[in-house]
Amino acid sequence: MEDNPKKSLQAGPEQLVYAGVLEKGMLFGMVLLLVTYFIYVVGIFKSYIPLAEIPQCWSMNVHDYLNHCKIESGWSWVTMVGYGDFLNFVGIALLAGVTIICFLSIVPVLLKQGDKLYAFFAVLEAVILGVAASGILGSGGH
Amino acid sequence: MARVGKPCLIVILFLVLATIAAAPAWAEEAPNIPSSAGAYPWWFWALILFVVTFVMGIAAVLGGVGGGVLFVPIISGFFPFHLDFVRGAGLLVALAGALAAGPGLLKMNLASLRLAIPVALIASTFSIVGAMIGLALPTNVIQIALGVTILGICILMLTAKKSELPEVPQADPISSALRIYGVYQEASTGQVIDWKIHRTLQGLILFIAVGIMAGMFGLGAGWANVPVLNLLMGAPLKISVATSKFLLSITDTSAAWIYMNNGCVIPMIVVPSLIGIMLGSFVGVALLRVTKPGLVRWIVIGMLGFAGLRALMKGLGI
Repeated sequence: MEDNPKKSLQAGPEQLVYAGVLEKGMLFGMVLLLVTYFIYVVGIFKSYIPLAEIPQCWSMNVHDYLNHCKIESGWSWVTMVGYGDFLNFVGIALLAGVTIICFLSIVPVLLKQGDKLYAFFAVLEAVILGVAASGILGSGGH
Repeated sequence: MARVGKPCLIVILFLVLATIAAAPAWAEEAPNIPSSAGAYPWWFWALILFVVTFVMGIAAVLGGVGGGVLFVPIISGFFPFHLDFVRGAGLLVALAGALAAGPGLLKMNLASLRLAIPVALIASTFSIVGAMIGLALPTNVIQIALGVTILGICILMLTAKKSELPEVPQADPISSALRIYGVYQEASTGQVIDWKIHRTLQGLILFIAVGIMAGMFGLGAGWANVPVLNLLMGAPLKISVATSKFLLSITDTSAAWIYMNNGCVIPMIVVPSLIGIMLGSFVGVALLRVTKPGLVRWIVIGMLGFAGLRALMKGLGI
């Protein structure tokens, strides 16, 4: 425990780095999402599913929805970003992925402090999140 | 304190009113065929979602729960969206709220990264498992289990004693080895508080169940994080609430990706909700430092009880 109370009240360097990356990524993702959503609802890009038909789709289960709308699961949305609705997935993916970037960004900070265990934890967490994001775990599906 | 409490009460009551206002719009729905939700245009739902989730964002931070635990039962109970998409959106909503609040809480040193990381390793792994189980089970089974879980959460929140400054005689060997301890200044009193934790192993084991449930139901897990961190492991209540909120950004990321990769994300549901919850969380973080956590929790419990009953009834076909 630190002897200087004032110093110990401050967040550690790895915590500040994590917070900084998280804040930038979150703000960028949020702004991007606002922009893409605007593009979507205004109709600057054509929607894959017309806006007026959306309420008919969202009460189906996901299996029926994917079949009815002829959408493939996984990362297929990347090939569909030319459509206004799927363009939103870029911002969503960024927000869902920023945590991975945060963990990777604190690894050098932790190693610099000699904290190899937490550096390992951070890498491990990034791997876990990366596996979830990759889509290799497959689908349960109804 | 009363000055802050009254606005909180007003916005949360508004949530209830907005939800009730939307309630007549939900039509009788038959499974697997389009519902009569088309009676209202798409923008109506987008607007209602934004308003409701903005208020949820504030309530979530102050109540120490994730947006997901409020979002999933309320939206699935009173909006015409299938539970698959509500869970996918709920995880993203909880995630967004945590992402919005996380930087501030980390910088203020109210959220502890050293405490969160070992817990997150367990919870995020098992939230993946929970998500895969949740997507494999029939919807009515999930709905019933969700209702029971939400009602159980209410009972937990009602009966579990909270401790603003738990008595931790000695840090256990695991937390000592991981250097999980800290100091923070209580903003309302100016008191500098040293904290440490114990029962780390028991806490980590409990987070297995927390992760599974979070992934299965699309809930944020804040409802469980706080009691485990505070009552079992002995972290001060504000540290527990703040670390829980930050922890959601990790736990929910893993489960959210599973739902996203399974197609359970409709931007028209997710984006208005997500924007609303993030904006609400910003306001909630600003209020957290000077607000007593207890007041808002009572209101959250009431809302959850109502929503849990609705989820149970829906699952039973009542």
